[in-house]
Amino acid sequence: MLRIPCPYCGIRDQDEFRFGGESRARRPENPDQLSDEEWAEYLFYRDNVKGRHEELWVHSYGCRQWFNVTRDTCTHEIVGSRRIGSVNG
Amino acid sequence: MSHYSALSILRNAFSGHRNWTRAWQDPEPKKHYDVVIVGAGGHGLATAYYLARYQGVKNVAVLEKDYLGGGNSGRNTQVCRSNYFYPQSGAFYEHSLQLFEDLGQELNFNVMFSQRGVLSVCNSMHELEIYRRWANAIRMNGIDSEMLDRGEIRKYAPHINLDCRFPIRGGFIQKRGGMSRHDAVAWGYARQASAAGVDIIQQCEVTGMVTSDSRIESLQTRKGDISGDRFALCVAGHTSQLADMAGLRLPITSIALQGMVTEPVQPIFDTVMMSAQIHTYVSQSDRGELVTGGGADLYNSYAQRGSLDTQQHNFAALVELMPIFSRLRMMRVWAGVCDMAYDVSPIVGKTPVENLYISTGWGTGGYKAIPAGGDCLAYTMANDRPHELLRPFQLDRFSSGRLIDEGAASGVAH
Ligand SMILES: Cc1cc2nc3c(=O)[nH]c(=O)nc-3n(C[C@H](O)[C@H](O)[C@H](O)COP(=O)(O)OP(=O)(O)OC[C@H]3O[C@@H](n4cnc5c(N)ncnc54)[C@H](O)[C@@H]3O)c2cc1C
Ligand SMILES: [Zn+2]
Repeated sequence: MLRIPCPYCGIRDQDEFRFGGESRARRPENPDQLSDEEWAEYLFYRDNVKGRHEELWVHSYGCRQWFNVTRDTCTHEIVGSRRIGSVNG
Repeated sequence: MSHYSALSILRNAFSGHRNWTRAWQDPEPKKHYDVVIVGAGGHGLATAYYLARYQGVKNVAVLEKDYLGGGNSGRNTQVCRSNYFYPQSGAFYEHSLQLFEDLGQELNFNVMFSQRGVLSVCNSMHELEIYRRWANAIRMNGIDSEMLDRGEIRKYAPHINLDCRFPIRGGFIQKRGGMSRHDAVAWGYARQASAAGVDIIQQCEVTGMVTSDSRIESLQTRKGDISGDRFALCVAGHTSQLADMAGLRLPITSIALQGMVTEPVQPIFDTVMMSAQIHTYVSQSDRGELVTGGGADLYNSYAQRGSLDTQQHNFAALVELMPIFSRLRMMRVWAGVCDMAYDVSPIVGKTPVENLYISTGWGTGGYKAIPAGGDCLAYTMANDRPHELLRPFQLDRFSSGRLIDEGAASGVAH
């Protein structure tokens, strides 16, 4: 079981959270001009990083906030977490 | 290679079983091959076998970073079935099931294919309605499936707790579904591929690629550079990394799926049973262990292990359905790294890199697909055009929007 540091509530067991995927996906700025390939890239294509991974989690059974976690996908070690929009901390 | 038969067992008995020939060769890699396949799991080995045996492509290598069959092909729970919802999936997986029906003969290797039925139970009225639709869709695809009421379910699974927390309302069964022995499938294909002239090279990790003009020239490996005309990636959870070496990005995410077995017991359970809603499935192996699994660990992972809470959810569901199993001890738990596409369907065929083919997206359900996956990818590579059954499963479906959303359609089932 992962122990996830929610930036709002502190460290809690993983089963209070849900995983939200890679955090780098940015919603396109000009959706009506996007080609099908560009839509596919945004919706389905992923870096699928082996190693240090920037990802989203939501504290579903807690404060219900979304936030960023840095986690290693090989060791599952959690390096840190931070509020959305904050650079670090 | 010697033919396996009752006679050969007898003959070898006279020499104390000391003179059996090895099942596959262990060659040094050549400098160049017509086809180089990365990954000696079921899909890589089967592709090599069908290329050499049926497509006339003899100069083939399969490169494996570890030992053959040590990836997901040797880690899965062996469920074979073709009861998928969409016609495209039905046609493909039915081809695979039919190949399984003759696989022991085809490979001269006992793959212990046992059509003991795959029983899906439903734990709510809504699920029952969806299952009726699902079971009918399967029949419309020309594949066997039968709705069962509670009494009939009890016939297949006498120890089931029908009035569990979410009482069982009914279910359906594919009687031709069942299980087989995963190691035997990998070994059987390896043995026959080797006999047909394929070089299977173990301990030979691919670490880089030399490319020019959107073509791959050669692979850098732990045993030196190996060039080829055509290449295939059959590396399951590592497809993104290997594709990246060729500058190719993919709609794949790697996650860990756990499997677990109990201590062995006398025969007690002779079907494969699954519940999508409370999320567990179980069967009994020929060694007597109950083989079980449930949901995946739903975060990106390259670790061949998962979390305890996922196991606990699975055990809780299992003992609720089958209280008689509650006192069995769990003997082993493991995980495999699964290559998930967004629609939980495979991606098999050509890529934007001219001479590169992929076989991925098998995720948590590609064991049953090994014979058809190998057969159809071999055809695709030999003829440089998709096999008819693979047309719907091309990479371009992610931009055309023609997803095959089996994840939503068939839930947990592996
Ligand atoms: C716990 C579990 C239960 C499952 N249950 C079922 C089930 O009941 N029914 C079902 O149909 N499916 C099931 N599956 C899914 C099934 O196991 C897989 O889809 C299938 O085995 C994939 O086969 P493959 O040949 O593509 O991959 P693998 O067998 O994983 O083979 C890939 C190979 O590539 C090698 N490789 C990776 N990187 C490199 C490199 N750089 N160089 C060289 N070689 C490399 C690996 O070492 C590995 O041997 C399950 C999976 C798991 C994990
Ligand atoms: Zn919180």
